[in-house]
Amino acid sequence: MRITDMTAVLLAEAIREGKTTAVEATEAMLERIADKDKELNCYVTVDKEGALKQAKQVQEKIEKGELTGSLAGVPVAIKDNLCTEGLLTTCASRILHNFVPAYTAEAVVNLQKAGAVILGKTNMDEFAMGSTTETSAYGVTRNPHNIEHVPGGSSGGSAAAVAAGECFYALGSDTGGSIRQPASYCGAVGMKPTYGTVSRYGLIAYGSSLDQIGPLTKDVRDCATVLEVIASHDDKDSTSLVRQDTDFTKALVEDVRGMRIGIPNDYLGEGLDEEVKTAILQAARVLEEQGAVVERFDLSLVEYAIPAYYTIAAAEASSNLERFDGIKYGYRAEEYTGLHHMYKKSRSEGFGEEVKRRIMLGSFVLSSGYYDAYYLKALRVKALIKKAFDEAFAKYDMILGPVAPTTAPRLGESLADPIKMYLGDIYTIAVNLAGLPGISVPCGQDSKGLPIGMQLIGDCFQEKKLLQAAYTYEQISSRVSDL
Amino acid sequence: MANIISDETIEYVGILAKLELSEEEKEQAKKDMGRMLDYIDKLGGLDTTGVEPMSHVFPIQNVFREDVVTNGDTREQMLSNAPQKKDGMFMVPRTFQ
Repeated sequence: MRITDMTAVLLAEAIREGKTTAVEATEAMLERIADKDKELNCYVTVDKEGALKQAKQVQEKIEKGELTGSLAGVPVAIKDNLCTEGLLTTCASRILHNFVPAYTAEAVVNLQKAGAVILGKTNMDEFAMGSTTETSAYGVTRNPHNIEHVPGGSSGGSAAAVAAGECFYALGSDTGGSIRQPASYCGAVGMKPTYGTVSRYGLIAYGSSLDQIGPLTKDVRDCATVLEVIASHDDKDSTSLVRQDTDFTKALVEDVRGMRIGIPNDYLGEGLDEEVKTAILQAARVLEEQGAVVERFDLSLVEYAIPAYYTIAAAEASSNLERFDGIKYGYRAEEYTGLHHMYKKSRSEGFGEEVKRRIMLGSFVLSSGYYDAYYLKALRVKALIKKAFDEAFAKYDMILGPVAPTTAPRLGESLADPIKMYLGDIYTIAVNLAGLPGISVPCGQDSKGLPIGMQLIGDCFQEKKLLQAAYTYEQISSRVSDL
Repeated sequence: MANIISDETIEYVGILAKLELSEEEKEQAKKDMGRMLDYIDKLGGLDTTGVEPMSHVFPIQNVFREDVVTNGDTREQMLSNAPQKKDGMFMVPRTFQ
């Protein structure tokens, strides 16, 4: 086995046992990136020098016994909307083309304390607005399974880097599916935790009531291990929660006996690709054979999630992105007449098309005369969607369904029709509105060889149930494929 | 019902959003926003009488702390990203004569 093919947990174990070192692993990974990334473009920035320096320091601490955790010495890739002190953070936007943060995001600080080595910053849709990583100002990322296809988005660089072995694991952020959908398209494991589990301090905000940071990994064990490290209460994020149950690796148990799993009929209807549907139902059967109780049910309100989401997300985005004014950081237009013109020109030249589209829509739905009809209406619908999930979780431990209606589309197919692109988020988006945890686990490939992902959705704080079911499924399917 | 976005609306939203759109971009924005609003109008079909708007899923209260400085002086780091600065301050275009 090549060192770059190892999982994060196995690599950390090998480092602890002295079979390899953090420096060797980092060097191997940097070589792999040099070899693969010209074609795939997973990274906006590769911090070669910094990574090697961190690796040396971490290795010394491991040898002295100061670092003993299950991720110590393992190189990681960070989505480029998470601030990293001293390292360029662009949010894949021209407006932050030269932004070097003065502080590091709390989730990344947690990884650093655990001995992570930061390789660089991964590509994404500009400001995390998009489902394909094609709206990046720094070029598209390609799907490692077929370079004519997108990796998904917005955490497309992170997912593709994990799938291509250009990092051992990565962090992403998920506002409407931005971790789970690219994980599904690239054949990685991706998890969005319960809202408030991971501090958003240092995450460049898109839709603050929906944004949550989470792991993209090669398997479920890595996913639980990374989540355990990044989850923390943080005074710097007033929406962060105090949780005592963040020992997620305890859930890595192969047992789904008696688990009640509901499959929404609404998630298997029109628009769902037949091959995806077959793979999802086959995965459900595997869990059923292991003793889970699988049932179909009607979730209801599914078709209202996308319009409610785009109203709320655009409104929050228009407010969050007001800070980009050409004064404090980032791009400033060359020529202007006065202060207001400078704001307008800097923003118009600095933001890409999709970002401007959402800022315009958000400004409109918040404007006087439309606020009640659009924004407040969407918040009321959000309450109803939450209630529909509450009713489902009174009956089921988790919901099982597809992550996306299709496998990864071809490059260039999606952006032409924004609404069609938004419809691709139908199975992931309600999870953010309701603040729930969700995980994407690979469950096969279509006839073109593109990965398919199964999504498990849990009630708030029920990450462990999801991880246990995902782990069980993964163990069984890996034994089947070994035969 | 189809939403027709007028030139005035696009101008007004442009002012709110602090964006300067080219004529071509304005035409595109009118089309895009009209289509999005047609789509969002779907929400109007759902009866939400008596439903309170939900901004956060958890009952989040204001989080208070003592008004004590906990961070150090990071003025230089904060200014290091400024497109223009002068005498330890952000510099903006002249706003009055």
